[in-house]
Amino acid sequence: MRRRLQHVLICGLWLAMLAVMAPAMPAAEARIAVAANFAGPMQRLVPLFESATGHRLIVAVGSTGALHAQIRHGAPFDVFLAGDTTTPAMLRAAGVGVEGYVFTYATGRLVLWSRDPTLVDGEGAVLRSREWRRLAIANPALAPYGKAAIETLGRLGLIEQVRPRLVQGENIAQTLQFVASGNAQLGFVALSQVMQDGRMTAGSMWRVPREWHAAIAQDALLLQRGRDNPAAVAFLEFLRSARAREVMQRFGYEFPAEGS
Amino acid sequence: MSDGEVLDAVWLTLKLATVSTLILLLVATPIAWWLARTRSRLRASVAALVTLPLVLPPTVLGFYLLVALGPEGPLGRLTQALGLGVLSFTFAGLVLGSVIFSLPFAVQPIQRAFESMGARPMEVAATLGARPLDAFFSVALPYARPGLMTAGVLGFSHTVGEFGVVLMIGGNIPGETRVISTQIYGYVEAMQYNEAHWLAALMVVFSFAVLFLVSSIRSRAGRLL
Repeated sequence: MRRRLQHVLICGLWLAMLAVMAPAMPAAEARIAVAANFAGPMQRLVPLFESATGHRLIVAVGSTGALHAQIRHGAPFDVFLAGDTTTPAMLRAAGVGVEGYVFTYATGRLVLWSRDPTLVDGEGAVLRSREWRRLAIANPALAPYGKAAIETLGRLGLIEQVRPRLVQGENIAQTLQFVASGNAQLGFVALSQVMQDGRMTAGSMWRVPREWHAAIAQDALLLQRGRDNPAAVAFLEFLRSARAREVMQRFGYEFPAEGS
Repeated sequence: MSDGEVLDAVWLTLKLATVSTLILLLVATPIAWWLARTRSRLRASVAALVTLPLVLPPTVLGFYLLVALGPEGPLGRLTQALGLGVLSFTFAGLVLGSVIFSLPFAVQPIQRAFESMGARPMEVAATLGARPLDAFFSVALPYARPGLMTAGVLGFSHTVGEFGVVLMIGGNIPGETRVISTQIYGYVEAMQYNEAHWLAALMVVFSFAVLFLVSSIRSRAGRLL
């Protein structure tokens, strides 16, 4: 009786292991660290890539700065889609990235957004008004969109004036959450977060002119861990394909090749 | 990132913990008294409700607080109607979050102290002619003093160590909602390890001192009982 139980247990364990390993066997699996602004398009790109190649992707989202710190300390990622170009450059300098596998996959746009459909005007003049209580930005020390927001406020000469009303999200996703929940009336967020299928999803927004802040060019980088991972390399190639670019474009991203 | 920033965070954390602890003791004592004495059918539900923050991830509390405190949330509507405005991203909002978050840490030691007293001392006080409220202040509260002290110390230190709730409803405002724990997080993420070490070591020393204090209160109370 005891022996039989043992057999059943061993069989069960074996089956469970098979079930866990089976999906990974036919193709490779890659872990992708993704800057928070790119979470939306990533959700669309992953199934497209998986069904086209049979590879599997595991996605982790965070602020570019936070992911940078994690990768530097051995976080098990194969590919890093950053929100800027300086972070991947630092990782390459530190020898964590693979030479020759870094390129700009998209250029992001900064917008001033409110969920109130009438609050934000076409020139951002609302920033000078008293019609709002809180302005949310991403932490400028960690998130490229936060840095761009500070640059924009600096250009408008408004930093000191709005500072008492500034709140910071740890990354651009949390920043959007502050505005979307109505706790902050205004927020500098990524165009990709409030745009889907080529249209604004809700509220009102002002597209900050490109030249008001350093361009938010976003670099992809192959990490040492993904050097020999076919899924990782294939995904980087897929990012440059027309199909992937079409998806990104619908989220408001631009590409260096198109010029301004 | 400067010394001023670190001192701001330390000062703010101490202020938050002090205010929260005072409110905690005021709120927790009657709840603990009721829980220790009642035979009501509601007892189990109230006890579970009070203990809930102990089990829930702080992100759950933080998320619900963010929604509830917002301009369209039930608490947000209430605070606006009272003329207090919206409490998210404010010091008052953090106090509210901390009190809810630390409630079980304050209620349980006080409740245990009241329970260990039993009904007898209050009955004796009544036969000696003391009114219930009078007996509560002159008999029950002094008896429960070790429990109250443990509750205060635990509530204080738990608030100092709070992170998830602050991250969700704080907005990282210097001098208003940026406390030690979120400041350390910011330093680590930005790879400013010197500053992070400085604050983190301070927290370790502080936490050790608190636990040492709690265990000496406990052993002294044990000798008295």
